[in-house]
Amino acid sequence: MEDSTIVKLRDVSFKYDKEWVVKDVDLNIKAGQFLGLVGPNGSGKSTLIKLMLGLVKPGHGSIHLFNKPLRQYQDWQEIGFVSQKANSFNSGFPATVIEVVKTGLVSRIGAFKFFTKKHKEKAMDALRTVEMDEYAYSNIGELSGGQQQRVFIARALVSDPSLLILDEPTVGVDAKHVTDFYDLLGRLNKEQGITLLMVTHDIGTITDHATHVVCMNKTVHFHGASEEYKEFSEEDLNHLYGHAVQQLTHNHDHHEVNYSD
Amino acid sequence: MINNFFQYEFLQNAAITGVLIGIVAPLLGVFIVVRRLSLIADALSHITLTGIAASLLLEKKVTGINEWNPIYLGMAFSVVGAILIERLRKVYKHYEELAIPIILSGGIGTGVILISLAEGFNTDLFSYLFGSVTAVSRDSMWTVLMITSIVIVIVILFYKELFVLSFDEEHASVSGVNGRWIHLLFIVMVALVIASSMQVVGILLVSALMTLPVASAIRIAKSFKQTIGLSIAFGETSVLVGLISSYHLSVPPGGTIVVTAILILIMSILYKRVQAQQWMKGEA
Repeated sequence: MEDSTIVKLRDVSFKYDKEWVVKDVDLNIKAGQFLGLVGPNGSGKSTLIKLMLGLVKPGHGSIHLFNKPLRQYQDWQEIGFVSQKANSFNSGFPATVIEVVKTGLVSRIGAFKFFTKKHKEKAMDALRTVEMDEYAYSNIGELSGGQQQRVFIARALVSDPSLLILDEPTVGVDAKHVTDFYDLLGRLNKEQGITLLMVTHDIGTITDHATHVVCMNKTVHFHGASEEYKEFSEEDLNHLYGHAVQQLTHNHDHHEVNYSD
Repeated sequence: MINNFFQYEFLQNAAITGVLIGIVAPLLGVFIVVRRLSLIADALSHITLTGIAASLLLEKKVTGINEWNPIYLGMAFSVVGAILIERLRKVYKHYEELAIPIILSGGIGTGVILISLAEGFNTDLFSYLFGSVTAVSRDSMWTVLMITSIVIVIVILFYKELFVLSFDEEHASVSGVNGRWIHLLFIVMVALVIASSMQVVGILLVSALMTLPVASAIRIAKSFKQTIGLSIAFGETSVLVGLISSYHLSVPPGGTIVVTAILILIMSILYKRVQAQQWMKGEA
């Protein structure tokens, strides 16, 4: 029987050279959730995303996407991805917004087939969703960081994914636009029923918007509803991260334990 | 020149070959420039010279193969060089650009030894280095026509994959695009186009025909498709103006083609500047 768990990680570990970056992670993401993945710098959040997307291979453990083992998984159009790198692309690249958004359809169209008018309309729809349609023919490099981020979300949305993964999407977006940005995510989640997984270090804001929170520092320290998380006092949090804090202090990186920066 | 064009086969060969490479060199050049691989064209053109030299030497030392067209061995070396560069980029993961001087100097070093052994420092070599209006054979013209057609078909078939790979490799991989194969296919096409262009533009100036028209187009174009269109238009203009003036001035076409491309580049930079000033005035 198929259940509503669309991402399932069991006992997943990964190491760079000799150091474990992700260790023994179990994680379930259910359809319809808005999951915030939080943790300090270097806690393995981005690596965990890369593992899920098959961009790096786990040392051990198993990963299932939509009830299929990652190895056999082919329906990439079901998953939209907005990477951290999206805001560090070559800003001199000679392409228009609509050309960039259409690349989100490459997996859906398949090999030896061409972009058609229908694909252009789909791209315009996605741009309308993120309220960037009036910039369709602007050069991508001429937009502000926040506008570019919306374009990359449109690129991820254009293939009608049921899961959208965002890696630190608010980095480089000014505070005023961060609120708009969360509103957009909220709409996608509630109105279009898209499951969201968002990596962030901004724990204060994410708990106001996400339905569920996962805190990790190499291993998962907390996984539950946002409401549950908000009831924790600072002491509880310290306790929760106690082990992590100690570990970081040993690595003379105390300032990185400051979550609310 | 028009009369001579119909009269002399060598002029037809040079002109048709020129028109063909005026399309494909800038076409591939667009992808090369946006992926910041401009120097690869230089490395591959130098290794092509090694192939030419090897062919000249074989022609001298081994009887029975003097009918060989050096362009074939040039192409073979260029393709092998392209594959070697890809290998070396993996070996030096953190210093990927090292692959280029290794292949470039290796190519020219081996080339100069082979040329000396073949006692080949003569006008023939000069035309390989800087291009020639007289050296293109009918045979080479057909080869270039075939390669050009194949390259155009492949670029059209894989346009969206090439574009997504150039813009964002990570995204390409998440889209299920097999980056390694597409990249290999691309670099082999570059190698073949370089070897094809060599007879008209010359080895030392091939990379200019791949990058200068793109450098001009990128200043003006808004979209990627426009960049491709303008690059081909600028490349074609450079080749035609260059070939005609080369014929009339009796200088190697490599020189006149590149100088034309540079003039177009200067004009595009000036155009952009004037446009920006007008925009500022409009704002104020």
